[in-house]
Amino acid sequence: MNLRGVWAVFRKEFRENLRDRRTLLSALVFGPVLGPILVAGLVQFSINQSEEQSDENITVAVTHADRAPNLLSYLTARGVDVVRVNLDEAGARHAVVTQTHKIILDIPEDFGARLQEGQPAPVILYSDSSRGFERRGVGRVHMLISQYGLDIAQLRFLARGIDPISVLPISVQEIDVSTPSSRSVLILNALTYIVLLSMLAGGLYLAVDATAGERERGSLEVLLTTPVPREHLIYGKISAAAAYMLISLVLTVTMFAVAMSFVGLERLGVTANLGPRAAATLIACCAPLIVFGAAYLSIVASFAKSYREAQTYLGLIITIPTLPLMFAGLLGLQAKLPLMFVPFLSQHLLMTTVVRAEPIAPAFVTVSVVSTLVYGALLMYLAGRLYRREGLLG
Amino acid sequence: MLEARELCKSFGKVSAVRGVSFSARDGQITGLLGPNGAGKSTTLRMLYTVLRPDDGDALIDGRSVLADPLAARRAIGVLSHGAGVYNHLTARENICYFGELHGLSRTERDTRAAELIEQLEMQAFADRQAKGFSQGQKLKTALARALVHRPKNILLDEPTNGLDVMAVRGLRKLLVQLKEAGHCVLFSSHVMQEVEQLCDEVVVISGGQVVAAGTLADIRAHGGDRLEDAFVALMSGGDEGKSGAGK
Repeated sequence: MNLRGVWAVFRKEFRENLRDRRTLLSALVFGPVLGPILVAGLVQFSINQSEEQSDENITVAVTHADRAPNLLSYLTARGVDVVRVNLDEAGARHAVVTQTHKIILDIPEDFGARLQEGQPAPVILYSDSSRGFERRGVGRVHMLISQYGLDIAQLRFLARGIDPISVLPISVQEIDVSTPSSRSVLILNALTYIVLLSMLAGGLYLAVDATAGERERGSLEVLLTTPVPREHLIYGKISAAAAYMLISLVLTVTMFAVAMSFVGLERLGVTANLGPRAAATLIACCAPLIVFGAAYLSIVASFAKSYREAQTYLGLIITIPTLPLMFAGLLGLQAKLPLMFVPFLSQHLLMTTVVRAEPIAPAFVTVSVVSTLVYGALLMYLAGRLYRREGLLG
Repeated sequence: MLEARELCKSFGKVSAVRGVSFSARDGQITGLLGPNGAGKSTTLRMLYTVLRPDDGDALIDGRSVLADPLAARRAIGVLSHGAGVYNHLTARENICYFGELHGLSRTERDTRAAELIEQLEMQAFADRQAKGFSQGQKLKTALARALVHRPKNILLDEPTNGLDVMAVRGLRKLLVQLKEAGHCVLFSSHVMQEVEQLCDEVVVISGGQVVAAGTLADIRAHGGDRLEDAFVALMSGGDEGKSGAGK
């Protein structure tokens, strides 16, 4: 096969795209550079938040504090700052809504009396669950109050000559086996998502311009009168899109490695394996996907009648391959051999494994690489067939 | 030498070209004349191998566009409708790209591009990106691109559309030069004057069929002193009954 035509088209498309500064900026700077920085920034922010929260004492506003002095001293002794306030029910609700106080504990009038009679003594805890950052505080206050109640119960049993242990038939022991790396799952999902998406985006413009754009400008017709087999023309275009995807992929992964090195993940008890070696492995895992992605985008863009139409399709189309990733995140999918046949998903799972510093099974890598390359070759062939149709001219 | 043999082409239910036959000889300019929608472009597109005829064949220097489209393409230079050029490439790069696609070596295409830039007087904008080109500059670039591989046959689809007087004169001069150098030039048009001034032979197409063909004198014989009158006579004759056409 004489590939001179493919090479000529590749060089021309590569060069033309390189000269389009605006596109280049959006394809190779926004995605690959800003994405990782954004993720790193968010991670850093959440680390700072959670550290502040666990160090901080919880502040609870207590109304009618004089009705339960023992409970309050119990809470104070366990790191709860009590602020005495005087509010009725409406006032308490209002104070929480306006965030004057984040958590309000209301001691009803009959609290002491019911406690003495051995009846359930209610307390009322006001909080706003739509404010995520306060959830932990409320949970802790709730837990402390229950614990206080349990302590009283045990004393009552003792007073009646019953061993309090007998009323605790089951005790649950939690053992957390997560390694520091595996705790970073959420962060990793964002990482692989951005890597795959910005890889695709890197070749998006070229794929559109070289197919729908070329047709719209009226240069496609003359191109088809050159003595180059039509499928070679599209192979050249796909290769050029693939080259930009590779650049975008390398940039994104490198930026991630750099940006995450500035984030104090270890303070969360999380370590992400993102050294130069891991970064190279990530790139190698995703590289087979490039042919697939470039052919896929080129085919979709070939169907569009104009540049604008293609852009409308592709906004949607570019997210479809990443749908399995969302499912993987929701279902907590683990790397399994059959999943290695699914493009994008297999790359996601392999990348996750690498970043978690877990060993990768050579069989998984082989299946992922080979199957993805086969799909890519099939799509290339399909694109070639598409370019042989004269309906292409619109 | 271009030969159309009973070319037919339909798009869905619309039959655009219905048995068109004619030939265009070397060393002559042949005009494909017809009203809008007559099937001129479709006929040309079959000749330059972009569309595949449903029936019939076209021969480029004796080579069938159906049997050997790649060989046919080597022998033609095409200026398509609209003449789109690549905006981010310079005029010279546009020309060289097509030279490369036609299989010219690097030195061949560089010398050929330089030659064409001089011949078409493109020196002033040859190394500028085509983004801001005027219609005339774009046309020159597209023409040079079509001629880079020294094709024997040149096909142009409504080349004067949207051009100013100076650009049209330049184009006319070039077509005459090509004819004198022994090339076969075939262009489509619906502008009488243009056809009258340039063509040795004219093929009049209407409703997807050839309604008259021959020298200017032959066409004029269909009615009136001027080509326009003859054309109008042919068109109205064509509407009344196509059976009388081509006699």
